[in-house]
Amino acid sequence: MLIDWFTVIAQVINFLILVYLLKRFLYKPILNAIDERDKRIALQLTEAEAKKEEAQNEYLKFQQLNDEIAKQKNDLLAAAEKNAAAERQHLLQNARKEYDLLRSSLQESLQNEQANLRHDLKSRAQQEVFEIVRKVLSDLAGSNLEMQIAQVFVQKLQAIGPEEKARLMSALHANGHPFMVRSAFELDGVSKAALEKAVKDLLGLDLQVKFGLAPEEVGGIELSANGFKITWTIADYLDSLEKRISELQQIRG
Amino acid sequence: MRLSPDEVIFWQNGFFKLNATIVWTWVLMLILVLGSRLVTRRLSSAVHIPRWQNMLEIIVLGILQQLREVGLKHPEKHIGFLGTLFLFIAMAALCTVFPIYEPPTGSLSTTAALAIAVFIASPLFGIREQGLVGYLKTYLEPTPLMLPFNLIGEVSRTLAMAIRLFGNMMSGTMILAILLAITPLIFPIVMSLLGLLTGMVQAYIFSIISTVYIAAAMQSSEG
Repeated sequence: MLIDWFTVIAQVINFLILVYLLKRFLYKPILNAIDERDKRIALQLTEAEAKKEEAQNEYLKFQQLNDEIAKQKNDLLAAAEKNAAAERQHLLQNARKEYDLLRSSLQESLQNEQANLRHDLKSRAQQEVFEIVRKVLSDLAGSNLEMQIAQVFVQKLQAIGPEEKARLMSALHANGHPFMVRSAFELDGVSKAALEKAVKDLLGLDLQVKFGLAPEEVGGIELSANGFKITWTIADYLDSLEKRISELQQIRG
Repeated sequence: MRLSPDEVIFWQNGFFKLNATIVWTWVLMLILVLGSRLVTRRLSSAVHIPRWQNMLEIIVLGILQQLREVGLKHPEKHIGFLGTLFLFIAMAALCTVFPIYEPPTGSLSTTAALAIAVFIASPLFGIREQGLVGYLKTYLEPTPLMLPFNLIGEVSRTLAMAIRLFGNMMSGTMILAILLAITPLIFPIVMSLLGLLTGMVQAYIFSIISTVYIAAAMQSSEG
């Protein structure tokens, strides 16, 4: 008989005991450990996911911040460039203005100098001409220039037109001041008498004439009454001479 | 010539006796339980685990996977029974590499005991899952006419399992013994290797067939 029934029963019991023991010592602890580990790994994965998300958020935030900073930087740079350009323009304008001012003042001073020079030249020429003419006149006619001038002025008075005469009269009537004759030089008695006579003849009135000196009237003589003037000076000739000379200069220039 | 380790009797008192089958079964039980105990005493649930724990996890998860593939919906509930079946038979086959060892599965008494255990367990699991009436109804399917055939099938498959396992295990040791007598050199080693292989295959087949029976008992009403 191959089957021993006691052994069969014993083996069934042995097997059941083994089932219990292995359940107790093998399957349960191992499965529990696996479950626990699974849970832990799942937890860690969840945590890692959360951390990853957080990191992603941080990254995004950081990037945004970076972008903002870059934008600010660009804005600042642009503003600085604009300011610099404006400042440059401003400085250039200032420099140009200053330059213009300097130039104009230079020109002005140059013109002034020129004018001065011309004036000096003019007065000098007048004086020279006067001297020359006087010398020539005294040398040639035997009389001094002042007398000749007085004579010329008398002639001018005698040749005066009715219109001017009327104006002279009205000037005389306007206020009672006497006529004033001013000359660059001291007139001698003869000339004074001749002048006085000429005035009286001109107006047909017996009135007094005052004589005075006017050094600025180069080689000239002037009759004035209440703003109305009749003059004769070398300056007139010199003026026309100067005019012609400057015309000549302009043509050459 | 001995066919079964049942014949080696160390102690006997009437019906009770202590033969090699029982003794080697105890030895295997001791190895399995102590081995498990040693490893599972310090279990780690961390990511890094000890190597022995890793090995046991592979074995347990492998068994679970197999049970799931056969069709058990909750293999954790049945791993105690079916897993132990596999581990015991596999260990019994594996230990044949030791010289004086005789596999207890080489005894028809042991294989019969295992087959009887499956024979009792499958209706028990079925009743636990579907209730007594639900389970008994499965014998009347597809028609009540099939009842006797279902009953005969239930008994015969238990017998077939017992004899298949016994035949395979016994033949392995038997062939080894015969070959040792004829050609004592080299060839027995090859046969021993083959015996290891067939032993593992038998362990697998026995537990898978048991799983199929149990799964069938549990699912027949659902399917």
